[in-house]
Amino acid sequence: MKNIALGQYYPAESPIHRLDARMKVILAILYIVCTFLCKNVLCFAALACSSILLILISRIPLRTVLRAIRPIIFIMLFTAVINLFFTKGEVLLFSWWKLQIYREGIYSAVFMVVRIIVLILGTSLFLTYTTTPIALTDAIESLLSPLRIFHAPIHEFAMMMTIALRFIPTLSEETSKIMNAQKARGVDFSEGGLIRRAKSLVPILIPLFVSSFRRADELATAMECRCYRGGKGRTKMTIPRLHVRDFVALFLMVAFGAGIVLLNRYGYGYTM
Amino acid sequence: MAEILIHAKELWCSYEEDDRRVPVLRGISLDIARGEYVAILGHNGSGKSTFAKLLNGILEPEAGELVVAGTNLASPDLTDDDIYALRREVGMVFQNPDNQLVATIVEEDVAFGPENLGVPSAEIRRRVDDALATVGMSDYAGHEPHRLSGGQKQRVAIAGLIAMMPSCMIFDESTAMLDPAGRREVIETFEKLNREQGITVLTITHYMNEAARADRVIVIDDGKILADGTPHEIFADPGRLIAAGLDVPQCTSLIHALRAEGVALEGEPITPEECADLLCRALEGKKHG
Repeated sequence: MKNIALGQYYPAESPIHRLDARMKVILAILYIVCTFLCKNVLCFAALACSSILLILISRIPLRTVLRAIRPIIFIMLFTAVINLFFTKGEVLLFSWWKLQIYREGIYSAVFMVVRIIVLILGTSLFLTYTTTPIALTDAIESLLSPLRIFHAPIHEFAMMMTIALRFIPTLSEETSKIMNAQKARGVDFSEGGLIRRAKSLVPILIPLFVSSFRRADELATAMECRCYRGGKGRTKMTIPRLHVRDFVALFLMVAFGAGIVLLNRYGYGYTM
Repeated sequence: MAEILIHAKELWCSYEEDDRRVPVLRGISLDIARGEYVAILGHNGSGKSTFAKLLNGILEPEAGELVVAGTNLASPDLTDDDIYALRREVGMVFQNPDNQLVATIVEEDVAFGPENLGVPSAEIRRRVDDALATVGMSDYAGHEPHRLSGGQKQRVAIAGLIAMMPSCMIFDESTAMLDPAGRREVIETFEKLNREQGITVLTITHYMNEAARADRVIVIDDGKILADGTPHEIFADPGRLIAAGLDVPQCTSLIHALRAEGVALEGEPITPEECADLLCRALEGKKHG
C-alpha cells in the first residue's frame, strides 16, 4: 500500500517534464483542438506522427503509455463499429443482409480511433504522466485565478484538491487496515451475491467515515495552529516562472495547428 | 530568573458532558520562563492535554489568569488577531503525525506556515531549507509524506513550526504514536531546539524516559499540580508518582528495589547511563572493600 501511485505521474527527465505546468495545461487544450481540426488522411497521419514524437520526447516507456489507452478500448471499438457500419458513402465494399460497409466508413472508423487515441495520449503526456498532481493543482489555481474577481473560491478549491491528494494514500492504507481487522473478525468480502457483498462493505465504510471526520477535525485544528486564515495575504514559496522553452513549446503547438489547417486544404481521399 | 513566557494562576477549565460541566483543570498555577525545557507528566485524563490546548488558544480558560507571550488569554475581549499573533509565537505539534501534514511534498508542507504568515518567497525558501536541516530531513525535501516513517513525519511537522520561527513549541503527546526509534529521533530534536536555538520546549507526555531528559518536570494529576521540580527531585519519590497513576523510569525502580533489598547505593539516577555508572561504581567499591 505504501507504493500507491498518486495519479499516474511518471518521474523522468524530459523536455516535457520540465515545461511549466500552466503551459502544459494550455498545450493540452490546444492539442485537443488540433485533433478536432483534422479532416483528412494527411492530417490524421500528421497527428499520429506528432503523438509518436511526443511519446519519444517524454521518455516514458511505451508500455506505460499504452496503459492509459487500455480503459477506453471498449469505447474505441464501439465508436469504430458504429462508424464502420453507419457511414454512408459512394463506394460500397461489402454488403450482407442489412449491413453495408462503404469505403468512407472504413476511413471514418480509422479516423475516429486515431482521434480518440491521440486525445488520450495528448492529455496524459502533457498532464498526468509528466506533471505531478500538486503542480497540476497549482497550475489550475493559477490559470483560474482571474475568476477571483467574480468571488469564485479558487484558493479554497485548490486547497481542497491538495488535501484530497495528500490524504488518498493515508485513507487507502487505513481502508486496508480496517479490512484486515474485519477479516480477522470473520467477515468474508469475496463470497455471496452482489447484495451480500455490498452489505459486507458497511463494516468498512462506517469506521472509515468516522475516522475521516476525526482526521478532518484534527487537520483543521493543526492548520489553524499554523496560522492558516484562507488565501488572503498568503505568499508562495515557489513562484513559477515561464521560461523561453515554454514559449518555444507554445509556438510549436500553434505552428502544428496551423499546419493541420493547411493540410486540410489538400483534400486527398475521404474528407470528414 | 529569565523573562516569564507562560504565566498561569488558579487556572480552571471544564468541558460539557451530558449537560453538566466536568472540571478538567482545577486551579493550575505555574510560571514557565523563556528558554526552559519542561515536561508535563500525567496519566490519561489528568488534564495535561487540556492545559496544552489552552496555551495557544485552541480552548478557552474558564477562570483564572493565563498570559502567554504577552497575550492575555483569559481576557474577555480577546480577538482572532490576538490568537493569530500568539500562534506565531507558540507553535504546537500534535499526537497523530498523519493529521497535521497538509501538503503532498515535504518541503511544501514545511512552507505552509510561513506562506500563511505572508513571508516573501526567497525568505520562505531559506527558512524551509534551514528548518529541514535542523531536524535532519534535508534529504527528504522532495518526498511524499506518506512514504515517511512516523518519527520522520513528526520531524517534518516540527520543521513546519521552526520555519515559522516561534519562541515556544508545545508537543502534545507527539511521541505517543511512535515506535521507540522514532521517539528517540523526535526527543533528540526537542533537545537540539532547546539547547541550540533557545526555543522554549514544553512536552506533554506520559513516558517517564522522555520526562527524565527535561530540565524541569511538572506532574499533573486530576487537574492539579502534584509536583514541580527537576527530574531528580521528582523521581526521588516513586510513591507519589505511582499514586498519580504513573510509572517511574525503569532504572529508578531498579535502584529503589535494590535499596529495599539492603544494597547501599548513593544518588538518584534517572537515565540508563547514570544508572549503569552508579551500579559499576558500587560493584567496584565492593570489590575493593
